[in-house]
Amino acid sequence: MNFKRRGTILITLLVSLLLVISGCGTKTPTATPTPEAAKEKIKVAFVYVGPVGDAGWTTAHDAGRKYMVEKMPNVETTIMESVPEGADAERVITQLAEKGNKVIFTTSFGYMDPTINVAKKYPNVTFMHNSGYKTADNVGTYFGRMYQARYLTGIVAGKTTKTNTIGYVAAFPIPEVIRGINAFTQGVRSVNPTAKVKVIWTNTWYDPAAEKDAGKSLLAAGADVLAQHQDTPGPIQAAEEVGKFGIGYNTDMAKMAPKAVLTSAIWNWGPFYVKTVQSVIDKTWKNDQYWGPISDGIVDLAPYGPMVTDDTKKLVADAKAKLVSKSWDVFTGPIKDQTGVVKIPAGQVMSDKDMLAFDWFVEGVDGKIPAAK
Amino acid sequence: MNSDIIIIILATGIRLATPYLLAALGEMFVQRSGVYNLGVEGIMMMGAFAGFYATLQLGSPLLGIAASLAIGGLMGLIMALVSVTFKAEQGISGIGLYMFGWGLSGLLFRLYVGGITSIEGLKAIKIPLLSQIPFLGPVLFDHNMLVYTAFLLVPVTGFILFKTSWGLNVRAVGNKPEAADTLGVSVVRIRYQCLIVGGMLAGLAGAFLTLGQANMFADNITAGRGFIAIALVYFGRWSPWGILLGSLLFSLADSFQSMIQVLGINFPYELAVILPYIVTIVALAISYGRVWAPAALGKTFQRGTRG
Repeated sequence: MNFKRRGTILITLLVSLLLVISGCGTKTPTATPTPEAAKEKIKVAFVYVGPVGDAGWTTAHDAGRKYMVEKMPNVETTIMESVPEGADAERVITQLAEKGNKVIFTTSFGYMDPTINVAKKYPNVTFMHNSGYKTADNVGTYFGRMYQARYLTGIVAGKTTKTNTIGYVAAFPIPEVIRGINAFTQGVRSVNPTAKVKVIWTNTWYDPAAEKDAGKSLLAAGADVLAQHQDTPGPIQAAEEVGKFGIGYNTDMAKMAPKAVLTSAIWNWGPFYVKTVQSVIDKTWKNDQYWGPISDGIVDLAPYGPMVTDDTKKLVADAKAKLVSKSWDVFTGPIKDQTGVVKIPAGQVMSDKDMLAFDWFVEGVDGKIPAAK
Repeated sequence: MNSDIIIIILATGIRLATPYLLAALGEMFVQRSGVYNLGVEGIMMMGAFAGFYATLQLGSPLLGIAASLAIGGLMGLIMALVSVTFKAEQGISGIGLYMFGWGLSGLLFRLYVGGITSIEGLKAIKIPLLSQIPFLGPVLFDHNMLVYTAFLLVPVTGFILFKTSWGLNVRAVGNKPEAADTLGVSVVRIRYQCLIVGGMLAGLAGAFLTLGQANMFADNITAGRGFIAIALVYFGRWSPWGILLGSLLFSLADSFQSMIQVLGINFPYELAVILPYIVTIVALAISYGRVWAPAALGKTFQRGTRG
């Protein structure tokens, strides 16, 4: 805190400002070369929708990339960050294909059509689009069953709440988010049948200030645990500030709100990236539509905070074992909707097709899905 | 709705008005002097980063505020250099400044911080006695210092603009720069001063986001608030009280819509979200052509020519 240091920082700020004014401020793609150990290198590229430091969606993908680089020394990766969805993406993906990348992962829903369009022109390049539904001869899709991890975090929330009111800060009313809220609520109600999950829509994926305020509203309305389907730690920080609890998403958010975070529902893309690139090398790759279950480890829970009891951990472990053994899945009947109508009869399991089109809330959710169309 | 909930809606609304108010009051001076600065959003991002980074390094949000003021003023100076001295087209320069601020704040964050990091931000300060008043106390007198600053700036900027000779010069330069010049008022100097003050206030608005609201920095943290602030200057007809009205309209609607959702009130929250935008557009549309605006707004000043 001495003056020298303060001065240095200010000077650094000014100098960087000037440097950039003089024209070196354009964002350049970061290339990560690997040691020149292996002879035949394979080039793999990633297109990200956000910056790698977002602590959310893109950070999780980039952690997967780093894992792959570590495991596969003959892989050389290129990343493109903050690529807007739409026409811009097409240009970026084309460039990456042109530069000799053999596998290109496009990691946001809005890259679906650009990926398909570019793939037509580069039949020798393998494209993997994240979270979409369109495939082609050289385009596969991949995603994970995050709802299974969310169910498990619901158990933790249900055991932790004292007010029986749990808040859920949600981005947009699309099936993926609705499915997550429903799975979470099923988890909550499996251990605490009287608890309610209050939902607030923010209509943004990435606005830390707005998402934090949405969390504050839920806390003001009596919630004492907050879950989130947002890409910033805004909601859990709102919980931290008033001594309540939160459940992170995307990556382990514990260090952003250490007193609040019970656990986080996380993405673990690394092993999948290794497997995919290896299959391209081995020429065994197929244009599958992969929706990876928790047994593959593609979704999981981050380590628990110290406030989570052993009793709760045991309940989660038991439920996880059922999910991993595939003897049971989250949306197994009987499941009622908010009005009490049985939507999934006893013994019946919701199909993937229905899950991918989820447009109703299960019993226990206190919130509304804005009318579609 | 009980009174607790109403208190929360109003107190949140007051708090959320802060960034709009600060940025729009700054832009008001800029436009009053005949320049429009579309780079407010970019300045806010730089102010947000500077405030965040200084607080992270030095441990004091007050130094963070100082840094955001300095960087905001510097950004305003750049705009003045480009649009006043070099006489570049104002709209384009402003958009350039916006993109510059966005890119640079993101780049500096990458270089010096790397990932999302929390800081200890500004604490709410309860005003003694006043905060004890039932209802009004928690609504008005339990906020952080930037909230108080923003609201105090409404009468202060009104006084400066309408009751001081400097304010008169600003208005003269924005209406009849040739006449002001003839009377010995330096158009260039006044515009520089306004752009720097406007930049400082935009920087402060950014600091509110990182120090008073989110307690962290993220790429594009302003999320369009700077552009709303520009619209609010038009909505508020270049007057502090009009800007106050517009800012509150936006922030209260925002705070109202989250409570509608949380409490399950039977009212479509989407309507509350878009309501202030509709009101702004309608207000701009029906007043178009009739409303007074600084006459020289957007025109570069060239000594010796008639505007």
